[in-house]
Amino acid sequence: MSPMVLGLGLFMALPILMAAWVSFLDWDGQSNPFTPDAHFVGLENYRSLLGEDGLARTLLATSLRNNAYYVLLTVPLQTALSLTLAIIVNQRMLRGRSMLRTTFYFPSVTSSIAVCTVFLFLFQGSGAVNQLLGWIGIKGPNWFQDPRGVVWVLLDALGVSDDSHPTGFLADHRLMGLPLGEWLAGPSVAMCTLILLAVWTTSGTFMLIFLAALQNIPRELEEAAALDGAARRHILRHVLLPALRPVMFLVTTLGLIATWQVFDQVYVLGQGDPANTTLTPAYLSYSYGFDNADFGQGAAISFILLGIVLLMTGVQRWLLRERGGRDGRGALRRRLAAAGLPRAGVTEVEEARRAQD
Amino acid sequence: MRRTEIRLSTDERPVLARFPRPARVAGYTVLLAFALLYALPFLVQLATAFKSDPEAASHPLSLLPSDPTAAVFRQLTGSGGSGEGVPFLRWLGNSTLVTVVVTLGRVLFDSAAGYALARLRFRGRAVLVAFVVAVMAVPPVVLLIPKFLVLNTLGIFDTYTGMIVPLLFDAAGIFIMKQFFESIPREVEEAARIDGAGVGRIFWYVVLPMSRPALITVTLLSFQGSWNEFTHFLVATQSSDYETLTTGLARFVSGGLGAGTQYPLKLGAALLSTIPVAVLFFCFQRYFIRGANAGSVKE
Repeated sequence: MSPMVLGLGLFMALPILMAAWVSFLDWDGQSNPFTPDAHFVGLENYRSLLGEDGLARTLLATSLRNNAYYVLLTVPLQTALSLTLAIIVNQRMLRGRSMLRTTFYFPSVTSSIAVCTVFLFLFQGSGAVNQLLGWIGIKGPNWFQDPRGVVWVLLDALGVSDDSHPTGFLADHRLMGLPLGEWLAGPSVAMCTLILLAVWTTSGTFMLIFLAALQNIPRELEEAAALDGAARRHILRHVLLPALRPVMFLVTTLGLIATWQVFDQVYVLGQGDPANTTLTPAYLSYSYGFDNADFGQGAAISFILLGIVLLMTGVQRWLLRERGGRDGRGALRRRLAAAGLPRAGVTEVEEARRAQD
Repeated sequence: MRRTEIRLSTDERPVLARFPRPARVAGYTVLLAFALLYALPFLVQLATAFKSDPEAASHPLSLLPSDPTAAVFRQLTGSGGSGEGVPFLRWLGNSTLVTVVVTLGRVLFDSAAGYALARLRFRGRAVLVAFVVAVMAVPPVVLLIPKFLVLNTLGIFDTYTGMIVPLLFDAAGIFIMKQFFESIPREVEEAARIDGAGVGRIFWYVVLPMSRPALITVTLLSFQGSWNEFTHFLVATQSSDYETLTTGLARFVSGGLGAGTQYPLKLGAALLSTIPVAVLFFCFQRYFIRGANAGSVKE
């Protein structure tokens, strides 16, 4: 037992303390940062990221913008899709249910790197996806090379504005060093491929979570509703969806935590390109440390990211507390279901409550 | 008892009447098209791996290579043609080594630690459980630089030790085992104790043999997890000697190696690296799904 504790401490708890220390240093990864010789710079790393005008702050702002749009689109899409798939696959009269379940779940168990490789091929300029789109008369964009924000692309297409880069007020005013027009641009076309990829790979896992919850709903409930003459959509709305509510919270929490940490996909599909529109805080942190040998700055970014993730779980925890009761049970099930995801740290909300019991 | 196993319904009667025929046909068509969206990328991958470079570029979507060639696989396995900077066998060897050691280690550790948490009464047990939970909650991406710091300080950066040891500590696996052990009736162990067996013997000869399903689940999850692991290897190693299928492939694909597109080669390498987990998945699908629902064991 004690080696286990030691190991968890050594590779999980200690690193956080060490990183906290390094985030106050100017350290290039070479010397030993735990000697008095280390170059202590106080809050300088945080100040350059948050406080003063400069490249660091613009990069962080860009990565936050990118990641926020990624989260905003991925989480609702994957939740809605996985719920729909679960309800369909749960139909008792459906033929080939287990085949379908396997098909939808399979992308979740494969390696993110291998799957990214496939997407890289599919979404090339003259690739399979654009060929498919061509069949229905759409000229697909050059996905991975296209930094235009989809908001401006759409406005452009609708003829509202004729330029994919806004001028005037939106270009002149800045927030954290980034023009307002950039904040409002939405995810870039390139980022959209990452969103599609995330939805495609995670919906199977979440489908299984929903499916397990659906099968826990007592059959009598549905039967009683059916006997009372409730239509299918009423059963869905008044029986199934309310019963799934806790699981819905869970899935969105898992989604939020995982999507704020997107890294592998960024590494393979663009490393931030084009024009930094696929840059995410996780990748920026890595890149500062391992590409620029500025580990202090990198560590500071990872703490800012940690703050965001904790804030997200905090909000979810607060929402969950409102519901209370037995809903929080079975936390581990979800933790494990998440195993197919980038290993999100997930269930402390539920587990902490369990530990208190 | 296991409550939430995905069951193939004990009761197959539908609650509601079936949809009218046209709606059913339309529904199946849409569903099939959707399933195709999930399967097609893998089919395209499979087909492309057997195409030549020009054909992959000109007919990216065709599922039947006009002139199938296994050149890619010969190149990857080193028989015929040069490796062209794609030391696939080395990646495979590293991945296999690390995965096997990590999986064995985890199964052993997880079950021992899970048993201790489930059965042994000792001071600070509640604190320990809370600690394991807290550790699980730390987002792994936040740990990228911190992990490098620890490995560097311990002097195991860029070694097999550094690749393997941190992966052995797996809070989720401990919890699966703990949950399972708590579902075993205490009487079984009491009987063994009365017969004079100690904790170690009870664990090894009585409890573990009963834990096959949980052990299989942990084994599969560990295998899948360490085979697909990327970020840890990325920060734990530097030299190409230690590249695995994930880090090697990622570097190759993201432009670090070779020139040109070489998509058949890339997709072929990705395909081969997917096969072990895919085979396990199709053979033990029941356990993967059970793994996704393991927490409901005895509550």
